[in-house]
Order: sequence, then structure tokens, then C-alpha cells
Amino acid sequence: MAGRHAAPRRRRYRGPAVRLLPLAPATALLLLFLAGPVAYCVAIAFTDTRLTGQASASFVGFANFRHAFGDDGFRNAVVLTLVFTVLSSLVGQNSLGLALAGLMRRASRPVRTLTGAVVIAAWVLPEIVAGFLLYTFFNRRGTLNAVLEWLHLPDQNWLFGLPILAVSFANVWRGTAFSMLVYSAALAGIPQEIREAAEVDGASGPRRLWHVTLPMIRRSIATNLMLNTLQTLSVFGLIWAMTRGGPGDRSTTLPVFMYDQAFQKSLIGYGTAVALLLLLVGALFSVVYLRLMREEV
Amino acid sequence: MRPATPALLAVAALAAASLTACGEGSGGGDPDTVRIAYQRNTDNKNRIVDDYLAGIKRQFERAHEGKKLELVPIQAAQADYFAKLQQMMRSPKTAPDVVREDTFLIKSDIKAGYLRPLDDKLAGWKDWARFVPAAKASAQGQDGKTYGVPDGTDTRALWFNKEIFARAGLPADWHPRTWNDVLDAARTVAKKVPGVTPLNVYTGKAAGEAAAMQGFEMLLYGTGKDPLYDPAARKWVTSSRGFRDALEFVRTVYAEKLGPDPADALAPNVDGRVATDWLPSGKLAIDLDGSWMGKYWQPAGTRPWPRWTSVMGRVPFPTQNGAAPGAVSMSGGWAWAVSARSAKADLAWQAIETLQTTENATTWTVSDGQIAVRDDVAASHKYLSSMPGVDFFTGLVPYTHYRPALPLYPQVSSAIRDAMEAVTTGDATVVRAAKRYDEELKSVAGAPGVTARER
Repeated sequence: MAGRHAAPRRRRYRGPAVRLLPLAPATALLLLFLAGPVAYCVAIAFTDTRLTGQASASFVGFANFRHAFGDDGFRNAVVLTLVFTVLSSLVGQNSLGLALAGLMRRASRPVRTLTGAVVIAAWVLPEIVAGFLLYTFFNRRGTLNAVLEWLHLPDQNWLFGLPILAVSFANVWRGTAFSMLVYSAALAGIPQEIREAAEVDGASGPRRLWHVTLPMIRRSIATNLMLNTLQTLSVFGLIWAMTRGGPGDRSTTLPVFMYDQAFQKSLIGYGTAVALLLLLVGALFSVVYLRLMREEV
Repeated sequence: MRPATPALLAVAALAAASLTACGEGSGGGDPDTVRIAYQRNTDNKNRIVDDYLAGIKRQFERAHEGKKLELVPIQAAQADYFAKLQQMMRSPKTAPDVVREDTFLIKSDIKAGYLRPLDDKLAGWKDWARFVPAAKASAQGQDGKTYGVPDGTDTRALWFNKEIFARAGLPADWHPRTWNDVLDAARTVAKKVPGVTPLNVYTGKAAGEAAAMQGFEMLLYGTGKDPLYDPAARKWVTSSRGFRDALEFVRTVYAEKLGPDPADALAPNVDGRVATDWLPSGKLAIDLDGSWMGKYWQPAGTRPWPRWTSVMGRVPFPTQNGAAPGAVSMSGGWAWAVSARSAKADLAWQAIETLQTTENATTWTVSDGQIAVRDDVAASHKYLSSMPGVDFFTGLVPYTHYRPALPLYPQVSSAIRDAMEAVTTGDATVVRAAKRYDEELKSVAGAPGVTARER
């Protein structure tokens, strides 16, 4: 007791500078390793820095951004990024994660353990390993076609014909575990009585889901959507390993486009500008989710 | 919270210290070690460069007491190798001392200030007089200084499988005069010998420079003079009639299914599969490719194939409509250069001298299947008897073209590959792909650096 009284008194005599001191190392580290590179990145985006063929870079203002908006390749990448995000994050990971979480609550313990292990294994795999696995799965001479042939079904060539669908599927396969975990926790937080009350009132399964369960886990949905979307927007290794953005530019999402411009075409400045625009797309999605969440409260 | 502060500070200090230590340790560091960076083939059975350099390392360390030669292999596809090398050369801490550069890229890297002029060293080196002038020029900057020592060159032509030709009823001494003759032969193979890919023309982004050079430019340079760059006006040429005709050829090959399946043709390791699988297994009839192919099939090669000398025929690639001189070839090559940020230029030069003794240069030229660029190598019995076809490919030198030796070339080449890929997949028509090439050219070279030439 005496100690608890003594401590605040002693602290009161310290100036604010001293109280902030413990935060200084963390702040310095954040500034150095987080804010530093971001500022550097912003600075490069306004120059014509190239990886080769140029003695020194110069400031070019908004030229890189103007170039981006007039560039067919960039516009194509934006569209594909949106398709990829909506397909794999919103529709795929999110809905499938919720469905899995709901089903697993009703499943028996062994089924739950097994399903959980399998789904999480896909999530724990390093991105590049997952990329190669799914490449061999979708390849023309790969596992999927072997199965289709065994079933006497026509074979597929998605890596070539519909690569954006193939990489979206790969991202769903890899990322569903995260949504499943978030929703498992959220569903577990719904009090049993409410469910029972709804049942007594005669609400059917779908209606219970729509009017009781979903509103109650609304915050988890928003958080999950935001995290999923931001992660999906920045997927690079998976796509690079499976298709390298090709064929043509049928699976060139913004991160792949950015890499291609910066390191294959040596246009570091332009690539960095595209990276900033990608940041902007991420911010837009976040704002939309945050607003959705607020309006429903 | 408070007791944690010193600990945090200590951790931060430690992290900073170890990070900087890392930076120093991995870079220039030891003044007695010279580091050589080169591309290691992504095919793990192919260790031709590695084996050769291991021998050089032994020789160098024996001859220079107390000095060390460290090999820095970069195992990657070609485009990734260049990007990695350029990133390494940007900082003195990571810059290797000696680097192996493709001559198509060297002008660009010279302009970027990555390389050190070697004129002072070359002046006192008697072997420099043995290099042919075209090779010397290939490693020269726009300032007239020389930045690299070439280690060989190459030419390009058609390889064809005589056994498949016999089954298709085509002659063993096949001699196409025009592009159409090539396509007709491919169509005949397609009709008469099912299950065989009639014609391979490299295409698309993944194949890298092979697509632009073995594929597109072999066609383009058969359509007229200076089709890519106008040296008199000093401007890049937008897509001309010849450019579109060359794209149309590529489109025809893939649209008529005369080429490999586009999914295979656009995969990154396609050149390896052509050399070590499709040709030796008799799955491919005609291949537009480089002079070095035989190296894969030699007894010490990646895919020994004793019968290749009798099975594979060679013939020059024709011009579009058979116009004089009737044959086209493209030549490139690689060079050894010294990084501008290396602090050990003297030692680095000594390493290049070791690489370029007559004996080592001959060994390299032979084992890598190169065309000699030095008169002593060219005259050696070992070289002349090394591989059937050396005389054929050396004989193409009068018809050969060099890529525009300019810093912008790599980006132009990249735009060409985009256009090829678009017509290969069928995503764009020839006209549309050519239009996009023009746009990319303008964004790379600037509108004043571009000229149109409509014929």
C-alpha cells in the first residue's frame, strides 16, 4: 500500500521529457526502419531513377503518376488486382472461412481437429512453396488434370487460359485459414442464450444467420475483411511462382506489374510510383470497410 | 517500464552494430580476395561456367600467393541475373570485383556508371591485339573507352532434324530461300509427322533476350536495313512494315500451331527444354537457335547425344523474300568487366588476365560452344576440331548483325518481347501489338528520340 502511494508522487515531479524517455528507443527504431524507407520510397517515386542506362536520376514531379494513368498496362493491372481481390479475398477467403467456422462448430471433435489441421497447414506453408505446389496442381501435366482424366472429364489449362482464376483459387486455398480462425473466435463469443431464444421464437437456420449471427459478429467481419484485403492486395510471390504475371499480362496484378517495371524494365522510379498507387488502393478499401462498420453501429 | 529501457537500448545498439557489421563483412572487405560474379544456369545439370571458373580459381590462387578468388554464382533466369547484378553494383559494400556482362547490356551499365574503364590495363596487355575489331567494339562505351574483355561471340541459324525431315519427305540438304519456305516446311512436318513440333521460334517475356534476339531480330533484320535504330538520324525506329511482318511470322507460327504449345513457349525454362529434351528426343523438327547448341550434346555436356552430328542439319536463316545477301544472322556475346565500385581493380584485372590466357580462352570457347573472338583461339586445332559445325557458324559472320549498341537497348528489347507475347497468346492483333510497341518506345526514348519509317 505504501509503495502504491509513493510511486505516483515520485512520478509527478518528473518533467514530460523524462516520462517520454522510455518510448524513445522504440520511436527511433520506428522512424529509422519504418518511416525512413517509406519516405525514401516516396522520394524515389518523384524521380526518373533507373536500374541501368542512366548516370544520375533527376526530379520529374508527377511524370511517373501521369504516365501510370495513361498506361494500358497499369490500367489492366488495376482491373486484375480488383478482380483478384474480390474473387479471392471477399468471395473466397471470407465466405469460405465463415462457412468452415460455422460447420466446424457443429462437427465432431475428430473432424474438427482434422479439418483445422489441414486448413491451417496450407496457411503455414511459405508463400513460395504454396506457389510451386499450386503450379504443379494446375499445370497441364499436373495433379488436377490427372484427376480429371481419371474421372473421364475434359482437362483444363487454367494457368494459360484463365490464369487470374488459377491464382485466385491459390490465394483462397492459402488464406482461408486466417478467416476461419477469426470467425471461429467470433462465433464462440455469441452467447448460447441468444441462439436458443431465436430458436424458441421459431427463426429458421438461414434467418438466424442473417438476423442474429451476422449482426453480432459484424465487427469481426469488418476487421477480417480489411486484413484479408490488404494482404491479398500485396500478394506477389504466389503469382510470380505460378504465372510470372503471364501469359501476356493476363495475371499481372499491381505488385507484379510494379516488380516488372522496376526490375525487369529497370524503371525503378516508375515502379515505386506504382507502389504508392497500390498503397492508395489499399487505403480506399480500408476507408470503405471502416465506414461500413460505423454506419451499421 | 523503466528497468526495460537500458535493455532496449542495449538491444538496439546491438542490432545496429550487427547490422553494420553485416554490411561490411559481405562487401569489399578483405583486400586479398577478388570476387567474381556470374550467372549459374538454372538447370542443375549444367555447370559449364562453374567448372571452368573452379579451374581458374585454382590457377589464380597458385599464381598469386596469398590472394584468393571467390566465386559468386547467381543462379537465376537471365533477366533476374541482370537485375541482381545491377543492384549489387550500386553499392560498394555489395559490388563484386569482376562481373560477367552480356554485351547487349554493357552499354547500359556503362552509362549507369557501374563499370570501370579498362584502357589503362589494356594498353599494357599484348593479347588485346589478338581480338577481332567487332568484339572490341562490343564492350566500348559511348565515350570511346573500353569497359570489358569479350570472351566469345555467337551466330544464329536454323537447326533441323534430318530424320524427321526424311519422314516428312523433306530433303536432307534443305535450303529455305524465304520465310515462306520455312513456314511451308513446318506445315509439311505438321501434316506428315504428327506428334512432332514443327518449328520453334523463341517468344515472349519469360525467354528473355533469347526471344528478342534468336526470335524476333533474326526475322526483323531480314526485312531491310537498320530496322530497329537509325544510326544516321540517331533515333529509334517505330514499328515499320518489316516489324509488323516479323510479328505476323511469330503470330502465324503459334496461331497455326506450328510452334510449341504457347504454355510451353512462354515458360521461363523453354530454352533448356529445347536443348536437352525436345531436340535430342526427336520432338522438334526445326529450331531457330544459336551456334552453341552442340555444347549440350557433347560427351561432357548436359545431355550427351552421340548421334547429333549426323541427325542435326544446319542452314542459314533466309531473309524475308530472299533479298540479298540471302542469309541473316545475329551476334552477341559476353564480356568480363570490372565493377566501378571495386576497391581492388588491380587484382580484378589480374583475374581477367588469368581468364584470358590463350589456353584458358580456348578451353572456355570450346567448352561453352562459343565462336572465337581472338585470332590465337580461332587458329587453334582444339577449337577447329571441337565441334562439327564450328566452320558453318563461323562462316555466318559475314551475314551477321549486331544489336544497336546503345544504353536504351535493353528496354527496347523488353518492349519487343511484350509485343511478341501479345501475338503469341492471341491477346492482341499484330497491328495493336505494334502500336503498343510504339507507345513503349516513345516512353522509353522520349518522343524526340523516335522516328517513323513507313515503307
